[in-house]
Amino acid sequence: MSLDIAQIKADFPLLSREINGKPLIYLDSASSSQKPAAVLDAMDHYYRHSNANVNRGAYQLAVEATDALEGARAAIARFIGAPNAHEVIFTKNATEAMNLFAQSWGRSNLSEGDVVVLTEMEHHANIVPWHMLVQALGIELRWIPITDSGELDLTDLDRLIDGAKLVSVTAMSNVLGTLNPIRRIADAAHAVGAVMLTDGSQYVPHLPTDVTELGVDAMAFTGHKMLGPTGIGVLWGTTELLEAMPPFLGGGDMIMQVTKDGFTTNDLPHKFEAGTPAIAEIVGLGAAVEYLESLGMEQVREHEVSLTAYAMRTLTERFGEDLTIHGPAEPAGRGGVLSLAYKDIHPHDMSQVLDQRNVCIRAGHHCAKPLMQVMGVGATARASMYVYNDEQDVDSLADAIESADDIFGLGG
Amino acid sequence: MAGLEDLYKEIILDHYRNPRNKGELETPPAHKAEGFNPLCGDEIVVYVDIDDDGVIQDIATGGQGCSISQSSASMMSAAVKGKSIEEALAITDGFKAMMSIHESGLESEKADTKPDLSMGDLSALKGVVKFPVRIKCAVLSWNTLLQALGDAARPS
Ligand SMILES: Cc1ncc(COP(=O)(O)O)c(C=O)c1O
Repeated sequence: MSLDIAQIKADFPLLSREINGKPLIYLDSASSSQKPAAVLDAMDHYYRHSNANVNRGAYQLAVEATDALEGARAAIARFIGAPNAHEVIFTKNATEAMNLFAQSWGRSNLSEGDVVVLTEMEHHANIVPWHMLVQALGIELRWIPITDSGELDLTDLDRLIDGAKLVSVTAMSNVLGTLNPIRRIADAAHAVGAVMLTDGSQYVPHLPTDVTELGVDAMAFTGHKMLGPTGIGVLWGTTELLEAMPPFLGGGDMIMQVTKDGFTTNDLPHKFEAGTPAIAEIVGLGAAVEYLESLGMEQVREHEVSLTAYAMRTLTERFGEDLTIHGPAEPAGRGGVLSLAYKDIHPHDMSQVLDQRNVCIRAGHHCAKPLMQVMGVGATARASMYVYNDEQDVDSLADAIESADDIFGLGG
Repeated sequence: MAGLEDLYKEIILDHYRNPRNKGELETPPAHKAEGFNPLCGDEIVVYVDIDDDGVIQDIATGGQGCSISQSSASMMSAAVKGKSIEEALAITDGFKAMMSIHESGLESEKADTKPDLSMGDLSALKGVVKFPVRIKCAVLSWNTLLQALGDAARPS
């Protein structure tokens, strides 16, 4: 059964907002998604009803707060197919999850000359933590190149990963929308004895996710792109890997014993969750995955494939050669992220023109400067879609793009 | 609501399409500075060639960015070419004051110190103030100019 998008839209209070008397067309979910009332209500209920610190008090409220947090952890583990809830480590966002991995696993497993393999389409969150280890430890980075159509070029994969200690690849590009063959790369990485990490920030919100099927050892993702609040992200890792990793931040909750001479670490997941966690945000993210499950991730994906196909068809029909859509041509091989170039209008100017019609898109380098350098552009205008977008939003986007002609005198 | 006609004035689009002093100068003798807007990826390169009397004999700009950053760079180059360093600094102050969103609040304070300058073409950029996120685009080339002039003042 296909989704009733009008009804879904109605679940998101912000989407009914008007600015200057005109409806809002939100096409920037790859930056951050909107939040359904279910998420807002869960967080509000937590604060009004069960707020207390977790893992400490014996009183009723503290027990409720701890139950709410652990219930959310279990829901999130189920959502990504994690074999154990204690493998879900809460962080501030995907960026912190990546840094946790780089600082903890990286510093204890890598030394001078060791190779980490990335791709040219990574977000800075999966680049800069490794650059930091280049500076600190002298590791070597290798880059899987991309093809002209914005897919990974795996022709030389065997040579690139030969001798590597870690392969870290985004499951879906936040600029090109490309869905990468994570399973294939993970199998190749494991065949040479490397650990496989994936950045699931754009993947987990939009596709049914099973970390075991993906074949990865660890995955980072972020709550605010998947209908959850800001300030909460996840590092998932296999029990074996996480147990072997040293702690990242030290403090309360992450210890078993502390004396004047030292400390011992707590069990998973607490070993990596120093200090009071973002309890309300965790509860909110738990509500977000339950909301997504109630829609069905297969259905969410199906809707986005057909909407992406509609958008690509519409834009191509209306603008022909004047408009370029970066990334894979086939909707089935990509997500609903459309990086656009229209005539010679700079992406900033385009997003400014679109803003006049309340069409929200993102212009810039999307925290993927190495990719911009490979593409030979400084910025792109990116429209990105989620489960609450419909064909009318796409039509509004196309109308707004056309209006740029008047302002820049390019009509006719 | 501020309309786009306040932003995309004809003069601005003209400077965008036909940038003045676009290119490179040989370094040395010219001084070169690079400016980045890390938020959006705009990049500006400014070259200044300053003679022994402290006059900007030649200026060139390069880089890539939106119509606001590029037109501002073009206007900046036209405004300071042939001027002394002091004059160029005064024009820069005047331009940055025009771009300040707090300008009205500071007006009384600033009135005495504000250089009496005719902003010419530059005043076309005044509308940018109504679009606060674009102010950074407009001032990027000016900050890069300051950097280049600072480098020029330093003994090499
Ligand atoms: C692919 C990818 N990785 C990582 C991130 C970082 O997410 P966050 O800023 O929430 O840490 C983003 C989002 O900006 C992203 O698109």
